[in-house]
Order: sequence, then C-alpha cells, then structure tokens
Amino acid sequence: MLGYLLKRLIQMTLVLWVVSVIVFMMMSFTGDPVFMVVPIDATDAEIAQARRLLGLDQSILVQYWKFLTNLLQGDFGYSYVFRQPAMTLILERMPATVEMVLVAMVLAIVVAIPLGVYSGANHNGRMSRTIMAGSLLGISLPGFWVGMVLIYVFAVSWGIFPSSGRGDTAEFLGLRISLLTWDGWHHIILPAVTLSLGTMAILLRMTRAGMMEVGRQDFMKFARAKGATRRDVLYKHGLKNALIPVVTIFGLQLGDLIAFATITETIFSWPGMGKLLIDSIYRADRPVIVVYLMLVALIFVVINFLVDIVYTLIDPRITLK
Amino acid sequence: MPMTRFLSSEFFHNYKRSASAIIGSTLMLLFAFAVIAGPFLVAQNPYDIAALDLMDSYKPPIWLEGGDPRFPLGTDGQGRDVWASILYGARISVFIGLVAMVASCTIGTLLGLIAGFYGGIIDSVIMRIADIQLSFPSILIALFLMSAVGTGVDKVLIALTAVGWVVYARTVRGSTLSEIEKEYVQAARVAGLPNSKIIRKHVLPNVLTPLIVIGTIQVGTFVLIEASLSFLGVGVPITQPSLGLLIKNGFDVLFSGLWWTSVFPGFAIMMLVFGINLFGDFLRDELNPRLK
Repeated sequence: MLGYLLKRLIQMTLVLWVVSVIVFMMMSFTGDPVFMVVPIDATDAEIAQARRLLGLDQSILVQYWKFLTNLLQGDFGYSYVFRQPAMTLILERMPATVEMVLVAMVLAIVVAIPLGVYSGANHNGRMSRTIMAGSLLGISLPGFWVGMVLIYVFAVSWGIFPSSGRGDTAEFLGLRISLLTWDGWHHIILPAVTLSLGTMAILLRMTRAGMMEVGRQDFMKFARAKGATRRDVLYKHGLKNALIPVVTIFGLQLGDLIAFATITETIFSWPGMGKLLIDSIYRADRPVIVVYLMLVALIFVVINFLVDIVYTLIDPRITLK
Repeated sequence: MPMTRFLSSEFFHNYKRSASAIIGSTLMLLFAFAVIAGPFLVAQNPYDIAALDLMDSYKPPIWLEGGDPRFPLGTDGQGRDVWASILYGARISVFIGLVAMVASCTIGTLLGLIAGFYGGIIDSVIMRIADIQLSFPSILIALFLMSAVGTGVDKVLIALTAVGWVVYARTVRGSTLSEIEKEYVQAARVAGLPNSKIIRKHVLPNVLTPLIVIGTIQVGTFVLIEASLSFLGVGVPITQPSLGLLIKNGFDVLFSGLWWTSVFPGFAIMMLVFGINLFGDFLRDELNPRLK
C-alpha cells in the first residue's frame, strides 16, 4: 500500500509537471501581454521597461525556470488586470464555484441513482424507456442553452428566481458561503440545475447499465430466493455492486462539472473561478489563466487518486498495486 | 443484389423494429438534407448584407402578434431571418463536427495502430499522453487551446482534433494488441509480409468496427463543444456564425424578452445531437457482439 501511494505520488507530480510545461509553452507562444499592462500611449522605453519588470525580456527557458521555482515557493505571479496575486484572486472565488458544483453533484445523484436503479430493474417497461429517452435528451442538450431557457422562463418571464449573481453570503470559517442564507439558495438553484443536467443523465445511464449487468447474476437470484425485500435486493445487493463503474464516471464527472462551471458561471454571472477564467481569457491575463489551470490540474489529479482509493473500499476484490 | 441482401439482413431487421433508430436516423437525414440544400430552402442569405433590412429587425415568430410570414421563426437585430440563420449555421456546426471527427479518427487510429503493433517506448509515450489528456475534461482542454490560439474555424478544428484523437488511439491500441496475438497475423508474419502491409491489410480492417460507434457519437460531442466554445466567444468568428454563436448573439437580447433568436438555434443543436445519439446507441447495441 505504501509503495502504491509513493508510486502514485510520483506519477501525480509528473503529470503536474507536464501540465506546467504545456501550459507555460502555450501561454508563451501566444500574444504579448505587455500591452495589457502599459497605457495605450506608452513610449517604446516604457514598454521595454514593463517587459523587463514582467521578466518577459528573458529567454523562454529562463522564464520557465523562474515560473517553476516561483510556483514551488507558492508565488504564483500577479494578475496583470487586478494587480493582485493571481492565487488570491482564484482562491477568493473558489468557494462560489465549489458550492455550485457540490449542489449540482448532489442534485444529479439524488435524481439519477433512484431513477437509474428503477429503470435498470424494469428495463423493458414503458416508464424505463421514457426515463432513458429523457436521459439521452439530457446528454444532447447544450448546457449553456438550458441555462438561458431557465433564465428566460424563471427570471425574465415569471420572475421567481434571480437571473444572475450570488446573492447574500454568510461568513463561515472565513469563507463566504451562499448556502447559509435563503437568498443564497434562491440564487444558486438555477445555475446548479443547469450544471447538473448533463451529469445527471450520464450517472443515470451508468447506474442503469450497472444494474442490468448485476441483475443477471446469481447472488441477486439468491437474495430474492432467501426472501429479501425488493428494496433490499435492489439497493443493498444490486446497487452496491453496480456502483463500481459509476464511481469511475463520478470522478470524471466531478472534473466535467468544474469545467462546465466556467460556462454556467458566465451565463449566470456567478462570481466563481470559472467566470474569472473566461474573463481572464478575454483580457489575456496570463498569470490568472496559468494559476487556474495548474490548480484545476491539481484538483483533477487528486480526484482521480481518490477515485482509485474509493474503489478498494467498495470492492475489496480490487487491490492497489 | 447488395440492396436485397441489406434489406434481409439482421441489421435492417433490427433497425425496422427500433423506434429510436428510426427517429435518430430520420433526424440525421433531415439535418443532412438541411445542410446540403439549406441555401436553396430560404429566400434570404443571412450573410448578404444587401439582403438585410433593418426595418425587419426583431420580428417575432409568425404565430405571435407582429409576426411576418416571410420570417417563420422571427428575425434578429439586423433583420436576419432566424430560420435562414439556423440553416446556414447548421452547415458550419455539422462541417466542424464531421471534419474534426474524421481528423481525430485518422490520427487516433494511426497512433493506436503504431502503439499497439510496435509496443515499447513509442507505445508508452503515446499512451501516457493519452492518460494525461483523459484526466482532463475535453471542454477545458479545448477552451485552453482556443484561448491560446484565438478564434477561427480552422483553429476550432485543430482544438477538437487535439481533444478527440485519444479515444480512437486507446480503442485501436487495445484491439490491435488482441489482434496481433491471433493466428492470421502470425501467419502473415511467417509469410514474410512487411509490417506496414500487415498493419494495413490485416490488422486495420479488424479494429475498425468499434470506431463506427465512437465516430458517430463524437460528431454530436464535437457539435456541442464547438457550440460551447463559440458561446464563450473563443470559437468560430462572427463572420461564420455556427449554431452556438447564434445562441450567444441571442443571449445578449434575451433579457429584453427577445427569446426566439437564441431558443430556436439551441433547439436545432438539441435535435441534431439527439438524433446522432439515438442512432449511435442503436449502432452500439448492434455492433457489440457481447450484447447479443
């Protein structure tokens, strides 16, 4: 186990390093951020000075080395636009994104797992077919468009929900949390529903496929034969065994949710780190983009690692090597 | 007669009995028709500024008050017919989806064959890149690439291909590994055929089947990713508005209650991708021998 952890740790570091190289290279070969910093009427001398201050006059390798050593020392550079540490900017906005992703995830699970179990257990029924067609439609929808339709119906036409922003937040452990206020819940519902649809559809389909696969196996027949209730057969015996592929997808979906949060946040003007990324892309605010990508890469690598650990907890037959 | 053989095949028999396959393929055919014949179906060319009249701007769909029979789905701020924009926009969306899929499939298959057939260091390198890439959501990689290279149809194609090849490479490598163990490949080797010929004539035809399903569904995925990128303003340029860009333009006036300029293009995307997914699901069940 210890050997496995060590191996994984090295792998994870390697992945992050590769990502840092790719991100840095892509950023370095595109556009000149100097013009983001200097005023429009800047003289050549001022531009050259700004370039020197940003360290952009040095060779790519020197720049990368500086970037990497700064990264390792926890110095992630300053935003060209906000003149604040890029990391602070992102961390400030992270709670907003995390809570939206979490609410979306919970929504997806609460709807998808029971429906998936149901339609897997009665896979030829009319109801099950309707659920499946609905889930396929869920996969085929452009997420941002759903958000717009929701805004139009619930915010513009009916005025039940706010169309943008995060609403009131309450302080908790030094973080600003929407979920602690009614107004916050009021604001989070539309974006979270928008974000959850795709994941909901995919989790549903995976659960259904898993349940159908498991349903054919002998231990399910045995559980039924020994007189366990239908509920117990499905949830205790069936679902537990059907969950393994679902957990894999779950990890990937968490990543997808973080990625799609950028779009959802843009539509709903949700002040999270995804919106910051999109805004930074428009403004060519390189340090923020780089920090966002590195941070998200770290999150993904950790999620993948946790998913592997969770496997062993669900299925003792799997051992980590 | 190949046609009668097809009509009496198991595939066609199952197709006739599957409602989702019929609906899916009908939707796909409708879009194929719209994409090819689109410009001949509408009077107005939405890209031709001379054909636009500002007096026609923001007309609602015909069934609403103030609707104009010339514009069944209403018009946008420049007096552009929404229906015509959708037909023209679908061309760009479908073109991007198809071309990026073919490019991904070609590159991915090639790399997968090489990795699986030769193994060793080439295999490790290709597969590690694939692993790293797969741990990130495609949309994020595409978004990052587009943010670095700027907008343009060609750049969208590159970004999508960079994201899309992985799934083919993995699948093909897997099937190649199992194929080269089989006797017919061993026989070809013993017969002294060069590697390139073994790969092309013997391995390739036997690893292609699963790619049909992946390719079909990927076109839908690509249409969605392209739409998202364009919606965020890092996809296609304004001069070549895809369905996604139409939605973005419509979003800007949504709060004024002018919903039709964004809702209908989104509906078109949904129908297109839904059709592709329905048919793709049917193909997967048909082509997967394990499920039979």
